[in-house]
Amino acid sequence: MLVKLEPRGQHSRKMAYLSPVLAGVLTLITSGIFFFLQGLDPIHALKTMLYTPISDTYGLAEWCVKAAPILLCAIGLAVVFKAQVWNIGAEGQLLIGGLLASSVAVNVIEAEGIWVLPAILLAGVIGGALWALLAAWLKTHFNANEILTTIMLNYIALNLLVFSVHGPLKDPNGFNFPESAMFGDASLMPVLIEDTRVHAGILFALFAVAAIWVLLSRSFMGFQIKVLGLDHSAARLAGFKSKRLVWVTMLISGGLAGLAGAGEVTGPLGQLVPQISPGYGYAAIIVAFLGRLHPVGILLASLLMALIYMGGEMAQIELNMPVAITGLFQGLLLFYLLACDVLINFRVTLPWLSSQKTTAEQVN
Amino acid sequence: MKKPALKKLLTGLVAGLGLAATLSVQAADQMKVGFVYVGPIGDHGWSYQHDQGRLAVEKHFGDKVKTTYVENVPEGADAERVIRNLAKTGHKLIFTTSFGFMNPTLKVAKQFPRVTFEHATGYKQAKNVGTYISNTYEGRYVAGFVAAKVTKSNKIGYIASFPIPEVIRDINAVQMALNKYNPEAELKIIWVNSWFDPGKEADAANAMIDQGVDVILQHTDSPAAMQAANRRGVYAVGQASDMQHFGPKAHVMSVVNEWAPFYINRVQQVMDGTWKSEDHWGGMAEGEIVIPEFTNVPADVAEEAQSLIDAISAGKLHPFAGPIKNQKGELKVAEGEILEHGEMAGMNWFIEGVSSEIPK
Repeated sequence: MLVKLEPRGQHSRKMAYLSPVLAGVLTLITSGIFFFLQGLDPIHALKTMLYTPISDTYGLAEWCVKAAPILLCAIGLAVVFKAQVWNIGAEGQLLIGGLLASSVAVNVIEAEGIWVLPAILLAGVIGGALWALLAAWLKTHFNANEILTTIMLNYIALNLLVFSVHGPLKDPNGFNFPESAMFGDASLMPVLIEDTRVHAGILFALFAVAAIWVLLSRSFMGFQIKVLGLDHSAARLAGFKSKRLVWVTMLISGGLAGLAGAGEVTGPLGQLVPQISPGYGYAAIIVAFLGRLHPVGILLASLLMALIYMGGEMAQIELNMPVAITGLFQGLLLFYLLACDVLINFRVTLPWLSSQKTTAEQVN
Repeated sequence: MKKPALKKLLTGLVAGLGLAATLSVQAADQMKVGFVYVGPIGDHGWSYQHDQGRLAVEKHFGDKVKTTYVENVPEGADAERVIRNLAKTGHKLIFTTSFGFMNPTLKVAKQFPRVTFEHATGYKQAKNVGTYISNTYEGRYVAGFVAAKVTKSNKIGYIASFPIPEVIRDINAVQMALNKYNPEAELKIIWVNSWFDPGKEADAANAMIDQGVDVILQHTDSPAAMQAANRRGVYAVGQASDMQHFGPKAHVMSVVNEWAPFYINRVQQVMDGTWKSEDHWGGMAEGEIVIPEFTNVPADVAEEAQSLIDAISAGKLHPFAGPIKNQKGELKVAEGEILEHGEMAGMNWFIEGVSSEIPK
């Protein structure tokens, strides 16, 4: 074998935290070279992608708008993934959340009062949670693999949404176009900064980050979740009710994704449209792992992910780059992150070069 | 004595400076024009055709304009930011080329009253937002004529996207031609609920061919149906772009959206300061609906089809000329009249002869 990977034995805690930073730096360097090869000034291009989109109040506000749904989905995924329950269905839970929230909202367009918005958001949370519980029930009662069921439920959710927006929720005055009516003012998320779109959704997301952090690192429930994830039989031996834990984690994860969907329709959209999510639920999976399933890490990762999306748009506008630049950037980042992780946990050896040295180290 | 002189001098100076400033601005002024696409420019359908229009603008105006496009923009929360960023970065005219950009365009337009917006296929205008759509029904009428003439089984298939007025109007245009040129022919409609889904479009085409359909029309954007028709040995009509090369044996004609004349015209108007918000409908007369070539069609049919195109272009023939009855047999347009523009814009009923119902 030309190259061999050997476990390093001990894990460097410092390096585990440094690896995302290192991956980020390597991504910047590589994309800089890429921009240079495209005939662009690399510093200017990187600045356009990563700084220009957030260089003013509106940009910062948009950053929050874009990050909020990703963050809400990802922070929920941290909980299920810690328990080694693989919910790939945040997308579907988000869509159902948005759908249920909208079904309430279009019926209270004329309504006024402080209860309107909470009722709509609650509908969204319940929608997302129920959609996730469906997969939890299939898992605990029929032992159905949740990876498959949640993925399939994503498609069902999307079709339900498309059906509703072409059917029962369609704007009666909208010439048959697939959109709901615009929601009433009482149904819309309060805007935090005037003349921008940043809405209370980001506050919910930040609150969720704090709550999940407490849950995971300060509560007995969090301890149970982690034990379940690390060793299923140990959890059983300790008398933890693993079925209940699956239900609870899915409930939290689905509810937060549902809230993300409700936040999109009552926030920046203000109506139900067929495409309320450009794949936030899937992006959240990447974000959850990029953030090491740690609430603070996830917060930073979702901000980064949102920035890359916005940077891709800006690169198209200012640099005339194609949309593929967004995917390229994300791909590079993930590639380097995985590569750094491998190199932190494993050591690369070249057996044909120094077979003696490795043997000596092994003896030590 | 002194004071007025000084005042004069100052006024002159200010005016001169002002003029110089305007001049220098104009000299350096390269008008920026932005385009927002819902799909990738390589979709060979809707967004591709819009991008062809953008390229024509660049070619026509040369250094006087700089165009920018943003592709694959989801019709969700992101659209508003993309449109706003185009407005913020000095784009004076912005084309948003999909229906789902309607409300985001209007929201941004409110914040940027000095920027001009043109939104394709929508129904809401504002002081600085115009709308535009092409009279695809004119091309569709000709397609209905060709289908009426080349079908042997008298079964004609129509792959429809969504039951919105534009699509319903075009189905009706085809039926108008069938009623006139081949009343025996039956129009079979399949709704695929998508603008671009090659898999579904091919399935729909195959299902219809299995039922004996031998001419396929489509109001969806992928060439999948054309390819399926080519494989199965039936005829097909291309949509949005010239789809001849996707089905050399099947292709009879394509209804092509040519956006260049409209885009060049609007850029010129904004440059000249003569732009006004309106609801623009452009068809064959404006060169915005084009049928490049008839293939696999008998010469006499092609000739007659060409004469229909000429008549429509000249304003002598309107696809929706009365008498027109609805499915219940009620007279909607009397003999000698044509369908009102408002009725056409919000069309939500099928004409007599269409056998299926509009999905609710």
